[in-house]
Amino acid sequence: MSTSKQQPLLEVRNLRVEFPTRRGSLIAVDGVSMEIAPGEVLGVVGESGAGKSMTGNAVIGLLPSPGRVESGEILLEGERIDNLPYEQMRKIRGKRIGAIFQDPLTSLNPLYTVGEQLVETIQTHLDLSEKGAKDRAVDLLEEVGIPSARERIDHYPHQFSGGMRQRVVIALALCAEPRLIIADEPTTALDVSIQAQIITLIKKLCREHGTAVMLVTHDMGVIAETADRVAVMYAGRIAEIGPVAEVVKNANHPYTHGLMGSIPKVGHEVERLTQIDGSMPRLTEIPTGCAFNPRCTEKGPRCMVERPILEPVENSFVACWKFDPEGTGA
Amino acid sequence: MIALIIRRSYQSVVVMLVVALLAFTMFRYVGDPVSMMVGQDTSLEQREAMRVSLGLKDPVPVQFARFVMNTAQGEFGISYQLGRPVAEILSERVPATLELSLVAALFAMLVGIPMGVYTALHPQKWLSKAFLTISLVGISLPTFLIGILLILFFGVLLNWLPTFGRGEVVMLGGWSTGFLSGSGVKSLLMPAFTLGMFQLTLIMRLVRSEMMEVLLTDYIKFARARGLSNKAVNFGHALKNTLVPVITITGLQIGNIVAFATITESVFQWPGVGLMFIQAIGLVDIPIMSAYLVLVALFFVIINLIVDILYHVVDPRLRVDGSGAHG
Amino acid sequence: MTAAARTVEGGGIDMNFISRTQDTLHRFLDGDVWYSFTQSRITIVAAIVTIILVGASVLAPFISIHDPFNPVNLNLMDSFTPPVWSEDGRWAFPLGSDDQGRDLYSTILYGSRLSLFIGFASVAFSMSLGVSLGLIAGYLGGSVDAFIMRVADIQISFPGILIALLIDGLARALLPGESHDEVMVYVLILAIGLSQWVNFARTVRGSTMVERNKEYVQAARVIGVSRLFIMVRHIMPNVMGPVLVIATISLAVAILSEAALSFLGVGVPPTQPSLGTLIRIGQDFLFSGEWWIVIFPGMTLAALVLAVNLLGDWLRDALNPKLR
Repeated sequence: MSTSKQQPLLEVRNLRVEFPTRRGSLIAVDGVSMEIAPGEVLGVVGESGAGKSMTGNAVIGLLPSPGRVESGEILLEGERIDNLPYEQMRKIRGKRIGAIFQDPLTSLNPLYTVGEQLVETIQTHLDLSEKGAKDRAVDLLEEVGIPSARERIDHYPHQFSGGMRQRVVIALALCAEPRLIIADEPTTALDVSIQAQIITLIKKLCREHGTAVMLVTHDMGVIAETADRVAVMYAGRIAEIGPVAEVVKNANHPYTHGLMGSIPKVGHEVERLTQIDGSMPRLTEIPTGCAFNPRCTEKGPRCMVERPILEPVENSFVACWKFDPEGTGA
Repeated sequence: MIALIIRRSYQSVVVMLVVALLAFTMFRYVGDPVSMMVGQDTSLEQREAMRVSLGLKDPVPVQFARFVMNTAQGEFGISYQLGRPVAEILSERVPATLELSLVAALFAMLVGIPMGVYTALHPQKWLSKAFLTISLVGISLPTFLIGILLILFFGVLLNWLPTFGRGEVVMLGGWSTGFLSGSGVKSLLMPAFTLGMFQLTLIMRLVRSEMMEVLLTDYIKFARARGLSNKAVNFGHALKNTLVPVITITGLQIGNIVAFATITESVFQWPGVGLMFIQAIGLVDIPIMSAYLVLVALFFVIINLIVDILYHVVDPRLRVDGSGAHG
Repeated sequence: MTAAARTVEGGGIDMNFISRTQDTLHRFLDGDVWYSFTQSRITIVAAIVTIILVGASVLAPFISIHDPFNPVNLNLMDSFTPPVWSEDGRWAFPLGSDDQGRDLYSTILYGSRLSLFIGFASVAFSMSLGVSLGLIAGYLGGSVDAFIMRVADIQISFPGILIALLIDGLARALLPGESHDEVMVYVLILAIGLSQWVNFARTVRGSTMVERNKEYVQAARVIGVSRLFIMVRHIMPNVMGPVLVIATISLAVAILSEAALSFLGVGVPPTQPSLGTLIRIGQDFLFSGEWWIVIFPGMTLAALVLAVNLLGDWLRDALNPKLR
């Protein structure tokens, strides 16, 4: 596990991602800053549209058109990567930052065998012969838990089940031993029974290889089980970021608090699950001040006009005026 | 694969039988075959005798069976207008149409596919915009008008290329080819360009839209996330996936080329089966019309068969090999 | 129900209806489709060209110099007059005249009128046929679906122009000579229409099968709404977008098919020339230098089809959010 003085593996500073439209720009990610230490698993959680996937996409330099990084910086091992030319960024993708996407059914090209797809990825990044690349591919498949990998390597994606396909996707992400993996909702499209297996696998592999993970999901349960730290996103901004145990047990931000209240706990007396009234604003209709203010039960006048900044609260950072010496103005 | 070919062949036979039924109905019931064949002065008895000898008095299913048997042997009867066996006329004219269609199809594919790929990959470049503009003009200018404009320019004004016919042909066995003589090749240029132009624009637009869809898929995004080079993503992945639907539709387009050849042949007085068909319609020469119908249907059926097989070769999802789980 | 019917029924102007219409109009002008229209200069030009050509054809009797279909107006002495800017040009024949002394400008107006009429009518025919069969096949499924789609499969493997040629040829053989010319226009509409219904049917069937399983249709079915009503009122509005795109492209294809058939000499009779017929006539005189008989009808035809194709292209992109 990381020490706090080490140089972070990935550093995101004040990232702002915009989608220009004819009615003005939509701000999908707004002033997001986060760090990932080597070997660390950072969970990024939020509702759909909270900007968590866009943050991940921005890191690997594959924002869907017409989205673009409007301001801020992304640094990988201290080196800026958000402004690299396409060709240089391409050499980083797969080699130093791997990616796992949501839907294993559509992530693999149906016209190539899994072996062909593994070998081409390996040979893109590592200087290996056809034979060497194929051997490595078989090893990788075995490592991600595909039985009789040597035969299965010549099979096409449609001949694998969903869970097996996601294992292949993980093997593809690990091809060149990247130090960071962006896993964007890696279990969402899978059966519930398979989800735990895949999460366990990602956790195990990353521990063994010392790979850091940015785990993007809307599933707080997955985060609680897997992540070291968690960033809670709301309407393109970070609401709270801190060690996972602290955020789960002792949420500070009213939104996180509500989010945790909505998770049923095993072994507890069944109380009522709380729910947060209302829904996340659309990107076109983000209110001034704190984006959460229409739904917040603890808001004060200041929350309506001034946007809260991330401030340390115990071991976490929280964007809520509640914790500011001057308070919410209520 | 063999099961597929057998199944498809069986379907093809059914289609051919339907077409034969259509051709037979035309032949038998559109107008009176006997009065078409004989002059005004033929007596009623003679006509009656002819009816018997042609088998027109037999039960209809028997007549149809005979029609199918004859057709299968390439026996299409006698042209009302020319008084010669249709099979003989066909064998003279088929090579002209096939050579024209082949050159036009190659032209359309070899130019249309790269143009489509280019416009899909670089939608913002000026050359793409130029290609798209040309394609819209190509799709909107009627084939015959393109032909006429070419004749006006290269034939009448510049006097570079012959404006009608096939030029000098060389007989290779029973096949007359225009490929082997200078005038034959020169005569082929304008008709092939005219015929291919429309298909070229269709193919280009099809490749472009299919490829743009493919470029938006998850597996292309994932291929980029794996750090593959642009070349590998665009040509290794996107192009291959684009070609799956393109094969089917391009196959049908090649069939269309044979059909559209009727117009081109008519503009350039190209002595093929299309021109023959048009003349037959004008003169109500039913045996030639039904023979052309059967011939074109046969051509389509063969093309469809080839396309189906190709499709299975390219797309592994269609190959049922019995191993592995199926998602 | 139409606006007129409502007005009569209510005994006055139905304010509610008007405000709703304004609402719809407002939504349309604010929507993405209209926006993309205003952003595309070439589409605007195409729309203007289409409106001018359609308008000119509708108004042909009023803006033409003479009625080219009326033999009284024709004088063979006037034949082959070149366009007005040539040495021998005359103002009576601004774009020149053809072999029978018909003023080309007037003939083009009437020819476009005929081409457009056949185009619109055949698209209306193939659209009603295709949409109905597609709805039925998609909604009922089973053997009805299998049969309709099998016919469609077989037909689509043959090019439309051949089917049109064949129907045309059969009509020629079955109809006696005199009545032939009069009904030829309707034979063409039938032939071109029949060659195009499959595109509509396939698209509508696909969308219908998706819509059929949605909850609102299930709900309508549960409360006992009739099948016909569900198809027409619930499913049809949902499939109209793609149908509109196909209809526009089909219109271009239909106009081209008519021109091709007429050019081949199996379309409308030469006494009542469409644009294709004019080009056919003109082709014979190309070598002797009377180029205008081909060029002006050709340019009109190309401009018309190009404009319609551009509109169709734009419509397809505007209605397909994925490619925007």
